[in-house]
Amino acid sequence: MSHAATTPRPKSLKTARLPRGSAWGIALLSVLLGSGIGLLAGLGNKVQWGLLAALLFVVITYTAAAAVEGRRQARDRVATSVIWVTFVLAVIPLASLLYETVKRGAKVFDGYFLGHSMGVVADTEPGGGIYHAIIGTLEQVGLATVMSVPLGLLTAIYLVEYGRGRLAKAVTFFVDVMTGVPSIVAGLFVLSFWILILGFDFSGFAGSLALSILMIPVIVRSTEEMLKLVPNELREASLALGVPKWRTILKVVVPTSIGGITTGVMLAVARITGETAPVLLLVWGNSFINTNPFEGEQASLPLYIYQQYANSSGEGAAYDRAWAASLALIAFVMILNLVARGIARWKAPQSGR
Amino acid sequence: MAKRIDVSGLTAYYGSHKAIEDISMTVEPRSVTAFIGPSGCGKSTFLRTLNRMHEVTPGGRVEGKVLLDDENLYASSIDPVAVRRTVGMVFQRPNPFPTMSIYDNVAAGLRLNGSYRKSELSEIVEKSLKGANLWNEVKDRLNKPGSGLSGGQQQRLCIARAIAVEPDVLLMDEPCSALDPISTLAIEDLIGELKERFTIVIVTHNMQQAARVSDRTAFFNLAAVGEPGKLIEIDETERIFSNPSVQATEDYISGRFG
Repeated sequence: MSHAATTPRPKSLKTARLPRGSAWGIALLSVLLGSGIGLLAGLGNKVQWGLLAALLFVVITYTAAAAVEGRRQARDRVATSVIWVTFVLAVIPLASLLYETVKRGAKVFDGYFLGHSMGVVADTEPGGGIYHAIIGTLEQVGLATVMSVPLGLLTAIYLVEYGRGRLAKAVTFFVDVMTGVPSIVAGLFVLSFWILILGFDFSGFAGSLALSILMIPVIVRSTEEMLKLVPNELREASLALGVPKWRTILKVVVPTSIGGITTGVMLAVARITGETAPVLLLVWGNSFINTNPFEGEQASLPLYIYQQYANSSGEGAAYDRAWAASLALIAFVMILNLVARGIARWKAPQSGR
Repeated sequence: MAKRIDVSGLTAYYGSHKAIEDISMTVEPRSVTAFIGPSGCGKSTFLRTLNRMHEVTPGGRVEGKVLLDDENLYASSIDPVAVRRTVGMVFQRPNPFPTMSIYDNVAAGLRLNGSYRKSELSEIVEKSLKGANLWNEVKDRLNKPGSGLSGGQQQRLCIARAIAVEPDVLLMDEPCSALDPISTLAIEDLIGELKERFTIVIVTHNMQQAARVSDRTAFFNLAAVGEPGKLIEIDETERIFSNPSVQATEDYISGRFG
């Protein structure tokens, strides 16, 4: 064989291996070492200890693997450990955020808090709640969803199933541009157009107009990707049965991708639920309960959080309420996500026997 | 029921690329016609022009005439959707609808085309599944997803789906190329039964299969890569395989190609 000369063949298939579970041992060792060095060097910041431990983990893994297993395996282990370290680094802020919100928010988070408004409660007093803000958020987000979902779905269907040539390219381009529009700009646009030019009042509906500007491109994008995943063979199978194109799309293409589409819509909903800027500009906020989204100022959860925090000077009743409302907002978004996953799993094409 | 196909001067394009050129042939009703030829010679493209599926591909364009019992499929007054109901198709890879059960897959063509009464529908589903020799294997699991069947069963499910709408012609684009010999045999037997009721056109790379199932065989070839494919000859299967009139056909069949 001619390439036997260039790539030496190993004499045996057996090589020395690090014992199983050694990664955990090295992780423990590097945490200990990292804390030890941090303590001795007097590093005040625990983040520095962690970074030190992460660095040590990679270095020790490489050294140990290089000594025992050889250089190729060492490089392999380093790549694996770098992936683990970055994963941990990414999860830590998320976990810590959730932990802090639950810890601080749980103080005043109860049935009373969920069931009452801030109607007769001054910002400095304890008591009050987020009932009015929940109603506001539900109505604004609900209206925005009702407006954006049909528009977004139909646009995506046009782009994937019908769009050819210039118009489709232009639509794709503007959807991309819209994805990047900052929420405050969407708010200012609706403010100038809906309120200043057309002369309507501040209302929850004005807010949902701005929210749907933010929502539509997200829905179009995700739905487009999902529709593209539907194999062309299914479309052809349906067309070859003599099914018109529109029924093929409605009965074959969309049902096949409905799980992914729902997930995309839910993620879009989750995204706009936390928007503060357009709500601040267009809905104004209100400490009383206003169930009519088409008339008068309304409250909303992110706006409530912002206002409570702004009036709290970092402690006291308003500060606690801001954290509790954050907890409610996170819980709301999390429930939406769980529902989306449930629907996606339930609707996904089955492969079982 | 089964109709005659008369093709004259048919040329098909993908954009500016000419895929097949000037093809004329007649397909007799209640018979099996096999298309053979090297890859890329336009057999599948030609098959797809017979039920106006070619134009579904972006850039797909057809010139010439396809007469289905004296009706030109490419006349301006013809509705392609109606054509596809009359000329059914089975594809190379089994493609049951993944969101639908076995029952719904077979009923899909009827349901998506209009409303049917429930009892009528189950009757047609049973008849089609029996027609595709699949009924005994799936009658206890009609509500299970079609994607849970084996490859051969899925292909027979697709055949059942195609014959459920009672087409006049059935086009099959290499229906056995993804299947094992036993499933292939099942489908070949099925083709023999189906030709009593339908006009069948089948594309195949398997010469023995063409010899086994078809009454007439058409040989397609192309001069070079990038050139359009052409019909070399069409004749009784027996003659094509024993004593073809064109040398190229004999070379291809006996393996002395090029």
